[in-house]
Amino acid sequence: MDNTEKKQRQVVFWPGNKVVAEAAVAAGCRFFAGYPITPSSEIAHVMSKRLPEMGGKFIQMEDEIAAMGAIIGASLTGQRVMTATSGPGFSLKQENIGFASFIEAPCVIVNVMRGGPSTGLPTALGQADVMQARWGTHGDRPVIALTPSYLDELYNEVIRAFNLAEMLRMPVFLLIDEVLGHLSERVEIPDPSEYELVERPRPTVSPEEYYPYDSSQGDVPPMADYFTGYRWHTTGLNHDKTGFPTTDPVICQAEEERMERKVSGNLELIEKYEEYMTEDAEIGVVAFGTTARAALVAVADARKKGIKAGLLRPVTLWPFPEKPTRRLGQRIKAMIVPEANLGQMIYEVERVAGCNGPVVGVNKIGGVPIYPGEILTRIEEFA
Amino acid sequence: MAVSYTKYLRMYHMPHMWCPGCGIGIIVKAIIRAFDALDWSTDDLAFVSGIGCTSRAPGYLDMNTLHTTHGRALSFATGIKFARPDKHVVVISGDGDATAIGGNHLIHACRRNIDITLVIVNNNIYGMTGGQYSPTTPVGARAATSPWGNIDIPFNVSELVKGAGATYVARGHVGSGVQLERLIRGGLTHKGFSVIEVLSNCHTQYGRRNRIPDAIDLIEHISKSTVSVRQAEKMSPEELKDKYAVGLLHQDTERTEYCDDYNKVIEHAQLER
Repeated sequence: MDNTEKKQRQVVFWPGNKVVAEAAVAAGCRFFAGYPITPSSEIAHVMSKRLPEMGGKFIQMEDEIAAMGAIIGASLTGQRVMTATSGPGFSLKQENIGFASFIEAPCVIVNVMRGGPSTGLPTALGQADVMQARWGTHGDRPVIALTPSYLDELYNEVIRAFNLAEMLRMPVFLLIDEVLGHLSERVEIPDPSEYELVERPRPTVSPEEYYPYDSSQGDVPPMADYFTGYRWHTTGLNHDKTGFPTTDPVICQAEEERMERKVSGNLELIEKYEEYMTEDAEIGVVAFGTTARAALVAVADARKKGIKAGLLRPVTLWPFPEKPTRRLGQRIKAMIVPEANLGQMIYEVERVAGCNGPVVGVNKIGGVPIYPGEILTRIEEFA
Repeated sequence: MAVSYTKYLRMYHMPHMWCPGCGIGIIVKAIIRAFDALDWSTDDLAFVSGIGCTSRAPGYLDMNTLHTTHGRALSFATGIKFARPDKHVVVISGDGDATAIGGNHLIHACRRNIDITLVIVNNNIYGMTGGQYSPTTPVGARAATSPWGNIDIPFNVSELVKGAGATYVARGHVGSGVQLERLIRGGLTHKGFSVIEVLSNCHTQYGRRNRIPDAIDLIEHISKSTVSVRQAEKMSPEELKDKYAVGLLHQDTERTEYCDDYNKVIEHAQLER
């Protein structure tokens, strides 16, 4: 990037939750429904101020379930929509998240992860919703979860979350943790000319020829906004291309497989990861979110000690970055997987890495971050 | 003038899935007549439901229709209306859907006074799932889960929503389709949250277990349990026991509507910006 472009960028010192809200506004979000929950509430605070300024809508609903329902309703009218929550609220939203997946309504759900099961540690970090994000709602459906590690990256990932949701007609999760939500750091706000805002596919045919789930239009069928003359029906029941219920096993299977293909067929668009010194690595480290920041320091420290360590950092956690994990796994002696839970992402690493050596977790819960030294100790153990 | 029902119905989805004699048919016809009387474009109408027999109604109507999750229809409808206050949003829900699993959304929609019309089909039972007792099943009544008689005290739905702040509350019944249409039309034109409770018959699940297995007999039984609002005013509490006042029970035209109030928030925020 040259200096003229850099001059256009506003530089701010914001906490992560404010970054989420401001990036959402920049991404064209004009409808937010939420329910108070720590440690995500500041997102709602900023949205309640910013959205009416932009002519948008903010509503505090009666519970987490209602907040999820409200954004789906608004999405059907053509709005770019978001809600924000934390673990317990994410659990409550799951049924309606499945509904959004199945009716293929674009929406962004932010989960600022906290520690522990149940009420757990509301004011402290955790990364324990990895598997809830993947499997939290009943039934099969595709999942996208983005896990940025830095606030600069967070801003861009929020915009990407909206674009992916619209492009693929599906919910997209932004999985951050309490530390990223609450830490403040320098953020360069990209100029709107630096990114594209992608709209959902909309029908080009007449209402008479329109089917809301018409697979002949590709795996992401065009979606008509409510009140534009298309008068379509949708339901959480298994449905055919018309949107009406069906129990035909062939159609049910074909439609659910089409939905899965929206992700499996667009991996190049969705997958994002960063590799650090993996080329000659003998010890691999896989970490995401703020834990990856500690892992990066641990890898650099290991290198200083002459240990060939390397880091793979998924920015898109779901779908899991299988290819880079396998590429790294097949040529290393051991894989270290630090995460702020008792071992969740490690199942994916074990599944895909094809590693001859051990796959070892560094698991710390209780709301404190994993420190670089704790990861370094494990690296040294297997060097 | 005769109403062309087929103008509003997706005839290619007939026959419908309800039992012969089900009261929902009478109610859907009353809703259609109310729409027709107001001459609203079906393009401008969203019809939203949750889960249950009643919640299949939107699928049969040719407008913007949404069949959501159990109990949550009002939250989806709130999102639609709040995003597009210039359009009409109508919700249809059963007694279990609206007052049990959806009870929280119900009272908060009333409190918020958002301009949505809710029709609650109260047939005193969970029909689709096999006849379990609901929050409106009378004490002593038999259901699949109260084989020895129900001990739960039922909600008075209309009083509940009035207490929660609904600004239009009416009760009708399937024995009087003409009155029902008038009450629904009143709710549709009311600016604010309106609820029309409709006493309906589930002879299949409720009637069969409570010695009134015939649709007409059960509709007659329901009709006999109703008194007009005017009659009710003259009756003592003893006389009103097991009776339901039907007609317009409550209307408040003074309270401001939620989306209008939020527009003022937008104006304020844009001035201060």
